[in-house]
Amino acid sequence: MDILMQINGLTTRFYTDDGVVHAVNRISYAMEVGETLGVVGESGCGKSVHALSIMRLIHSPPGQIESGEVWFDGRDLLKVSEGEMRQVRGLEIAMVFQDPMTSLNPVYTVGFQIMEVLKLHQGMDNAQARERAGELLAMVGIPSAEQRLDDYPHQFSGGMRQRAMIAMALSCDPKLLIADEPTTALDVTIQAQIVDLVKRLQKQLGMAVMWITHDLGVVAELAKKINVMYAGYIVERGNVRDIYKRPRHPYTIGLLGSLPRLDEAPGTKLVSIPGLPPDLIALPPGCPFAARCVYRVDRCLDEMPSLEEVDRVDHTVACWRWEYVMGRKE
Amino acid sequence: MIEAEKAPLVQVRHLKKYFPITRGSVIQRHVGDIRAVDGVSFDIYKGETLGLVGETGCGKTTVGRTILQLYEPTDGEVTFDGTDLLSLSGGEMRRMRRRMQMIFQDPYASLNPRMTVGSIIAAPLEVHRVAHGKEKQDQVQKLLEIVGLNPYFVNRYPHEFSGGQRQRIGIARALALNPDLIICDEPISSLDVSIQAQVVNLLEELQDHFGLTYLFIAHDLSMVRHISDRMAVMYLGKVVELTDRDEIYLNPLHPYTQALMSAVPVPDPDVAESRQRIILEGDIPSPADPPMGCNFNTRCPVTIDRCFKEDPVYLEVKLGHWVACHLVTPEDD
Repeated sequence: MDILMQINGLTTRFYTDDGVVHAVNRISYAMEVGETLGVVGESGCGKSVHALSIMRLIHSPPGQIESGEVWFDGRDLLKVSEGEMRQVRGLEIAMVFQDPMTSLNPVYTVGFQIMEVLKLHQGMDNAQARERAGELLAMVGIPSAEQRLDDYPHQFSGGMRQRAMIAMALSCDPKLLIADEPTTALDVTIQAQIVDLVKRLQKQLGMAVMWITHDLGVVAELAKKINVMYAGYIVERGNVRDIYKRPRHPYTIGLLGSLPRLDEAPGTKLVSIPGLPPDLIALPPGCPFAARCVYRVDRCLDEMPSLEEVDRVDHTVACWRWEYVMGRKE
Repeated sequence: MIEAEKAPLVQVRHLKKYFPITRGSVIQRHVGDIRAVDGVSFDIYKGETLGLVGETGCGKTTVGRTILQLYEPTDGEVTFDGTDLLSLSGGEMRRMRRRMQMIFQDPYASLNPRMTVGSIIAAPLEVHRVAHGKEKQDQVQKLLEIVGLNPYFVNRYPHEFSGGQRQRIGIARALALNPDLIICDEPISSLDVSIQAQVVNLLEELQDHFGLTYLFIAHDLSMVRHISDRMAVMYLGKVVELTDRDEIYLNPLHPYTQALMSAVPVPDPDVAESRQRIILEGDIPSPADPPMGCNFNTRCPVTIDRCFKEDPVYLEVKLGHWVACHLVTPEDD
């Protein structure tokens, strides 16, 4: 498969009054054309900041993309001019955010906001843009789309707003759609509608999707590849089956264990991870998970492991002790 | 548990809570009602956890608050350990509240930022004049230990704690009066996954240790199924199905429960691939203007004519399995 995006050593920090927040730390990975990548992790693990860094939407100050490369379609997005970047956003990479209540402007109609994108990026006139906006709303499953163009966001329900956001994101046929917790604010039956919609549209349009979430359940249904993030690092990366069936990083194992499953046998106790994630201002020199890890040895406290291949080429884990975690060594 | 051994701690009968919609600023005309809870009946047995699930706006939180008489019910009965709560005077109700406590969803909003942890946990002891002086201090320290916090933290303020730790403070406060019933209103929804498991495990340990009864309100079905003995599913102000946690997963009878169960993501790619999903269309109607007949008829995949005319009766179709649906008929036995 062709590589769509290659990220090398991306590092983003925030310079705050309290100190330097190490939000994203030297992450590298590649995404293929048409691939679905799930980025999972808990609040503050850097999953959203990493996506915003790709889009160069980090507010500076206090934020700063320190180093790294984001190769997309033959150029490093971190080096291109702001004008060119504006063309990339929306046209080549589109983003859908968590909260559909705040990402639409309440004083303009939904139709106006979709048409604005089309006029700006595709150079359409009013009539063309309106027609296309109607088609887009219909494509994302909004009934009587043509009339709903004149509605204001408050006249839409949460699920419909997220559909409208997806319509807007897809209006220019992007090669990559970044969905940042798109269903977190929605109810489970509505979440199922949105997941279904994105799957269908992806098949139809052939775009790559990056689905950022804290919900390991949602990405199990969607993604082909998973990046597990912790304290700004990718700690494990692999195919969805490897991550769920043969997790190798103690954090991934802990995360899966702490999740109750609807289909589980009752009476099982949840395996909780003791302690709290580290403070990103004062990251330990070694592995950030060491303080909570049961497999910890002295080396873990001093040195951060880099991603290393386990059994297969496309399954990597950042852990000094992965062979012990697997029980390969005693 | 055998049916005969079950003794209800709480009996809720035909409970209704309408919030009036008014127009006009000086003379407020009553123009309609938000039917937040619209005729709900169930029992909570001693020592069990009853899970109450449903989507945003289905009235599950209002049920919890109305049981505690934090909202005055519009209609219906709530009996707590044999006493009709609606017949109690203000003072009597206040004394009764000692036995029923609540844990709230948002540990950032439910703890007073200007009070120390010690005074937050001591507040119920003071209000109900249970303990004072040295005895009170000792109790607070003991409560902090019980919920897994260092008793040394007693003079700290809530902002010095993480979300999970704050929720532990809220739990300590709820335990202070040694209650029988704790209503847990989405106690873990604002916490991260690995912290959720810590709090749920704590709640389970406390239940075993103190013989607590929980009404566990949440929208996360997997978590509710994990912690509950029985589960009730609410939709638009009504309980549509209630049964034990295995039956509701293996044999859901109401079309809404079936759709809800199938919509819950399972963290297993094999299961995700193989299982059948029922995707409901549309959104939940407004509780100010619920549809005629069965209130699920706008989204139900299997409606018949009757669903648009008559409200289905909430019936025990099998032993311990209650459903409100025209298409489900009681088994003969």
